[in-house]
Amino acid sequence: MDTKAYHNEQEKAAFERDLRMREKDSIEVNESRLQHQWYHNFKYVIAGFLFGIVFIKAEIVSWFRIQEMFRLQSFHMYGIIGSAVVTAAISLWLIRKYKVKTIYGEDIVVNVKPYNKGIVIGGLLFGVGWAITGACPGPLYAQLGTGATVIFATLLSALAGTWVYGLVREKLPH
Amino acid sequence: MIEMLSKPWPWYVAGPLIGLTVPFLLIIGNKTFGISSSLRHMCAAIIPAGISYFKYEWKKEIWNLLFVGGIVLGGIFAVTKLANPQPLEIDQNLKSELATYGISDYSNAWVPADIVNWQSLLSLKGFFFIIVGGFLIGFGTRYANGCTSGHSITGLAALQWPSLVATICFMAGGFFAANVLIPFILKF
Repeated sequence: MDTKAYHNEQEKAAFERDLRMREKDSIEVNESRLQHQWYHNFKYVIAGFLFGIVFIKAEIVSWFRIQEMFRLQSFHMYGIIGSAVVTAAISLWLIRKYKVKTIYGEDIVVNVKPYNKGIVIGGLLFGVGWAITGACPGPLYAQLGTGATVIFATLLSALAGTWVYGLVREKLPH
Repeated sequence: MIEMLSKPWPWYVAGPLIGLTVPFLLIIGNKTFGISSSLRHMCAAIIPAGISYFKYEWKKEIWNLLFVGGIVLGGIFAVTKLANPQPLEIDQNLKSELATYGISDYSNAWVPADIVNWQSLLSLKGFFFIIVGGFLIGFGTRYANGCTSGHSITGLAALQWPSLVATICFMAGGFFAANVLIPFILKF
């Protein structure tokens, strides 16, 4: 674990520019000033692995369960989302109150997303896609894991959707 | 133990576990829980095509790609090692309505095999459920700057009002699609 060192001012400026660029619209930008060995990233595979098991075992990624939710025929999904939000909210409150640090001793920062019109328009479009496929992006990956290889086509189409958004975003209302 | 884990997990077990993902990712590496960004990072890695939205050092967000890779592996593990021997139980009204559309295959509890399969890909229904649905997920989540994980879980838990707006819009779009659009398409 070394503190990041810049070779010169240009490199530092390029780094800061890149960081701002990602901060513009992505929330996953917490740039650690610490550099770790590659295998430190392995912990995210494990986190995803456990998360994927919950997705499958609670049937959150089932197209049928999603239809039930949107037709108000089952409480299951509402219970899951509601209790997940409450658990996460209490966790964040505890992290703030006790100034919990990361395992590397850094201050924990939660990125916030500013409001723009895209939240409404994009949100409605995504909601339609969520009901049609029975999956939001996370569940798509888990559905792929169930052996339904055709979901690979859904994922490619989702990539295409993301790419087209990137292409036309300057022309869209935000 | 395995027998207990193999049964479908109730919401009051699964919900808190999902909620705990938020502090878990923050503590192990200061990462804000969000999944749809992985699609953007893949675009940046594979086909940036000079588009400014994809010009950034995606390798710095590699954790997100490893996380979703882990989700695929978790899915494989859960369906092979923790498989539920019982068929999926869903609401009877839904089941009988779906049967009128010819959807009665529950062999895969997660994907409706009758309409979502490689053969149906070139039919109207298959195209709608596979390609149109996927495109809306990719386009909509980036336009809204987040999906269920980033807005509805992380954002709501952090008491961010834009995330509440996003969640209401997700639900509104979903209600419309599930009650109007999808039955309309399935009747074809």
